[in-house]
Amino acid sequence: MSDQSRILPLGQSTHELRTAPGIPAKRFRLRPQITEKIAFILLFLATLTILLPVAVIVVVIFVRGLPAISWTFLTQAPTMGMREGGIFPAIVGTVYLALGTILCALPLGIFAAIYLTEYANQGALTRWIRLAIFNLAGVPSVVYGLFGLGLFVIFLKFGASILAGSLTLAIMILPVIITASEEALLSVPQSFREASLALGATHWQTIRRIVLPNAIPGVLTGTILGISRATGETAPILFTVAAFYLPYLPRSIFDQAMALPYHLYVIATQIPNIKMDTKAGTALVLLILVLGMNLSAIIIRSRFRRRKKW
Amino acid sequence: MHWKRTRSIWEYFIEKCVLINGIACILLVALIFLFLLREGLSVLKYTSPWEFLLGEYWYPVSDPPRFGILPLILGSLLVTAGAILISIPLGIGAAIFISEIAPDGIRDWIKSGVELLAAIPSIVIGFIGMVVLAPFLKDLFSLPTGLTALTGSVTLAFMAMPTIVSITEDALTAVPRAHREASLALGATRWQTIYRVVVPSAASGILAAIMLGVGRAIGETMAVMMVTGNAAVIPHSFFQPVRTLTATIAAEMGETVHQSPHYFALFAIGIVLFIITFFINIGAGFVIQRNKR
Repeated sequence: MSDQSRILPLGQSTHELRTAPGIPAKRFRLRPQITEKIAFILLFLATLTILLPVAVIVVVIFVRGLPAISWTFLTQAPTMGMREGGIFPAIVGTVYLALGTILCALPLGIFAAIYLTEYANQGALTRWIRLAIFNLAGVPSVVYGLFGLGLFVIFLKFGASILAGSLTLAIMILPVIITASEEALLSVPQSFREASLALGATHWQTIRRIVLPNAIPGVLTGTILGISRATGETAPILFTVAAFYLPYLPRSIFDQAMALPYHLYVIATQIPNIKMDTKAGTALVLLILVLGMNLSAIIIRSRFRRRKKW
Repeated sequence: MHWKRTRSIWEYFIEKCVLINGIACILLVALIFLFLLREGLSVLKYTSPWEFLLGEYWYPVSDPPRFGILPLILGSLLVTAGAILISIPLGIGAAIFISEIAPDGIRDWIKSGVELLAAIPSIVIGFIGMVVLAPFLKDLFSLPTGLTALTGSVTLAFMAMPTIVSITEDALTAVPRAHREASLALGATRWQTIYRVVVPSAASGILAAIMLGVGRAIGETMAVMMVTGNAAVIPHSFFQPVRTLTATIAAEMGETVHQSPHYFALFAIGIVLFIITFFINIGAGFVIQRNKR
């Protein structure tokens, strides 16, 4: 500081230099270093304010929900108007839905990503496709529910069924899968493709034998994140598949099914006098499923990054 | 040679298949809008567009029914505005902290925390909002009920946060290193560099982040339905129950009869929601695409 002021013309401080000409300098101004300290502390507090509720949510769910978890809770159907028993049918329904969703979304998502990275030229069509994907990512989940009801349940006459629910969820997670697959495909070095083409392989052979195998971990990460999103969503399955209560497990893709998020909604808001333990326990199972998937996606991603040689 | 011909046909076939998959994304957006229109426009047989959008009463099951969605629109706007007021300073502040200030080791932890927040299902956040946040706010402001627009805003603020933080962070990281170095070399402190150089350069990206945050908040359904109290009246303050467009669809669609006026009206609400989020997303998408080039 003192070094700087020595080379300034007489009577001019660094403070005055910083103000634009024509604007009178303020009399009392904090030293920039102190302003910086205050600003950094405030920014840190903002960050903390975001992270604290995350911790609260996870801790509350774990502490309140853990006592409810038992073998019976995980393997029995609800009884006594959902007040006793377990959540087995809801878990099974959620697993079926996740599988159905991925079967529908994965091929479409990967092929769309292959188109965008390997075939498309940077023209207007590509730009429109990207905008469409971007827009799909922002459509409210309940609107997907309406769409699924209108198209799959009523127009195509699937009825409220696992098929209709899976298709609805698949369209919803399409952007997640496309974006992740695209990133994975782009991370495969251009020289790999050139080497393969130089050896006489065709475009598709190069993609199938060289590009895709190298992009698999990235695609897998995106896929898992997509299923995790589908597993936690409630609004899209409200009118397309979810059953309030089913005494039996779904037997075909045209059956309705119970699902964990919808079950949590039902026992948290629709039925009075449900024990807090049961509600928090249901939330805990859902949270563990979703966070477990996210965690495995993160692990795959980081292991892949470490192994990558190029 | 024969095998070469079949191979080139195969290549051609694959290329077209892949192209169809790409175009399918555009078709899906169109298809969603089409089906909303197909089911929703029939509401105009029972009410005028003017009456629908600006009518003050939502009594879908009374006789005669009244389909005025103004209270729902205002409910959505109020809750979203509150959420954005909370999440803009916090979210942008956290993004600045992550990209400019936090040391490497801590940065990864914070980012994982934000990712964790994004991963928690909305129904779980709504559940916590209902059993923890609502009683807390009720006692804090001594309200008759904890299920108010304010509770909805706070809940939504945290649901929009991951979007705002991650996109703002992308925008800040994209500012060239040379800009920062030039500013620091001129004797500016790190904070002066941040708010005079880095943040203004990233302004359009931050704008996109805010737009997407708004879109996320308007479209959020389950959490908001569980914590706002669901009273379909024109709201006058943050401390009273409100009902949003999304919650109305989710709560009432299960009880409507297929092809009834009420059913059409709920699809018409879907059209309104789709149009709002469509313009927000396309706007943000254009901003982000322009930045990339």
